[in-house]
Amino acid sequence: MKLSATTLTASLLVTVIGILLVIPMMLQWERPPMESTQLGFRGLGMEQITNPRLHAKVLERNPLPTPDDPVPNDGVLVKDDTENYKNVQVLGDLDTAQFNRLMGAISLWVAPQEGDNASCAYCHNVENMASDEKYTKVVARRMLQMTKAINSTYATHVAQTGVTCYTCHRGQPVPANVWATNPGPKQAGGMAASRDGQNLGGQPVPAFASLPYDPFTTLLKPGANIRVVTSTALPEGTGQGIKATEKTYALMMHMSTALGVNCTFCHNTRQFANWQQSRPQRVTAWHGIKMVQDIDANYISPLSDVFPANRKGPEGDPYKANCATCHNGLNKPLGGFSMAKDYPELSVPNP
Amino acid sequence: MMIEYQNIFTRVQVHGPDDLGVPMKPGNWPREKGITTNYLLGLIGDAQLGPIYLGALGIMSLLCGFIAIEIIGLNMLASVNWNPIQFVRQLFWLGLEPPPAKYGLSLAPLREGGWWQMAGFFLTVSILLWWLRTYRRARALGMGTHIAWAFAAAIWLYLVLGFIRPLLLGNFSEAVPFGIFPHLDWTAAFSIRYGNLFYNPFHMLSIAFLYGSALLFAMHGATILAVSRLGGEREIEQIIDRGTASERAALFWRWTMGFNATMESIHRWAWWFAVLCPLVGGIGILLTGTVVDNWYLWAVKHGVAPMYPFDLTAPIVDPATAQ
Repeated sequence: MKLSATTLTASLLVTVIGILLVIPMMLQWERPPMESTQLGFRGLGMEQITNPRLHAKVLERNPLPTPDDPVPNDGVLVKDDTENYKNVQVLGDLDTAQFNRLMGAISLWVAPQEGDNASCAYCHNVENMASDEKYTKVVARRMLQMTKAINSTYATHVAQTGVTCYTCHRGQPVPANVWATNPGPKQAGGMAASRDGQNLGGQPVPAFASLPYDPFTTLLKPGANIRVVTSTALPEGTGQGIKATEKTYALMMHMSTALGVNCTFCHNTRQFANWQQSRPQRVTAWHGIKMVQDIDANYISPLSDVFPANRKGPEGDPYKANCATCHNGLNKPLGGFSMAKDYPELSVPNP
Repeated sequence: MMIEYQNIFTRVQVHGPDDLGVPMKPGNWPREKGITTNYLLGLIGDAQLGPIYLGALGIMSLLCGFIAIEIIGLNMLASVNWNPIQFVRQLFWLGLEPPPAKYGLSLAPLREGGWWQMAGFFLTVSILLWWLRTYRRARALGMGTHIAWAFAAAIWLYLVLGFIRPLLLGNFSEAVPFGIFPHLDWTAAFSIRYGNLFYNPFHMLSIAFLYGSALLFAMHGATILAVSRLGGEREIEQIIDRGTASERAALFWRWTMGFNATMESIHRWAWWFAVLCPLVGGIGILLTGTVVDNWYLWAVKHGVAPMYPFDLTAPIVDPATAQ
């Protein structure tokens, strides 16, 4: 039997469609070799797999800043120099020299602009520095309180490394990685089935899965129940459903992506819930979740009325912090480089 | 001719007159005459396409299946706001979710799982009708019903996942969503939620039968191909009339592992391995959440899961209990 034209066309068509399907898939693949680091007892598969080429790019995106040189004290506290410093609500106990050094640093950390005093003007009315007329100044004040709260009460997460504005902002008024309630792109209304907050491709969270694309709104609320696995062998009615599990799963995928680590960086995956077999990093991460829940609810969300519309998400809530905001792809932000030690005033507890 | 004849990528395709099959008993629809031959099909099997027997069951099954796929597909399309480009780009991600937990076993509003229930109903009807069709067609040809019962094993697993287990738990939200990645994500979440399915003994058995099926298939396929130059592919004849191919194949396995399956029993081995894979898998799923809630802890309780050494000088304690 001879090869007919139809047969030939059909085979060609199948081949072409196959290639078209495979090529986009291949573009997502990462080439070997990978670096593998053993993290747990042998044979458990507790390994950190790193792509050294991608990791180099992540490091490139996380350059280390140069702290300002220390300056000697003026011997005058800000709150005592009422002639020059008015309406200083958070940093009043600071020496004026340190205060000015910090203000200069913040302007470059958060809003570096071209031109004289332009960076100052991002928050201040330079004619009247005491004025709160710019919303950015009100936000900055609250963010200073937040930074002090993080450094003084969350040593369980930030240790002695601490954070400064730069840890998240990196020279941008809005940090690169933030979240707001994400309803997803428009879906058909009427009686068409709801997506139930999942089943979309190309969403930033979680990168490649169909899992819920906004695990933050519900799970980064203080007191949210993230745990889904029961601690008893037999059913006792305490466990969560599969849909809740998928949401927790999505949050964990976010953490993994944000820190550039595998599940086994914290967990022994034979039993995700078991603490005894986990790595100590899981305890640090647990405090991190508590910290983010706290700062989102108590420091950022209350500013909702202060932020203009372009600083809010599609549902009208301000952009908030998650793990990626500080971590930016590294398991220790800035590779563990401590900036807070050069600005000790940022670690003084709020009154 | 015999030496030239291979089972795949053959250079020779044998064509006789159209084969209409055995005569039909009364009560069957007349056979379609639409028979054609196809070179590509001939490469991988019989070049003859047809006659296809659709019948009432086949038509109803296809109709129900079409309705189910249509409900799933249109809702996926609606989830990207009727955008055909996004539908194609995100197809693997799109899905149709079962109702949220609050609806339990009741009929959910269309927007919140009602379509899922409807698609599930039509898909189940379609599958059951197709099962009946495999049973009835086998009977019409005077065959045994082994295929139908093997298919029933797969249907058992499908029904456990989407219907029986949700029924026992009193909640359709526990069922599997429709969609490529959605159902894979569901599977991963299912294992995580219930404490690692690898510690479920029925899951272990199911894996053993799955891998066992692949192994048996490879062993059997290889054996028959190896003796096909001696007429070994005429397996059925050799069940009752051992030929040299059968005897050599049997001797090969006695030489290499001391035991050989027979021309007949190898097919029972294969059938049972394949059938037991979804059968025990379904039992494992059915017990999950109903009888056992955390398979890892269950395995620890019964001495299945060993403990590994960990650093006792710095024990990791749940920070929620430490506060």
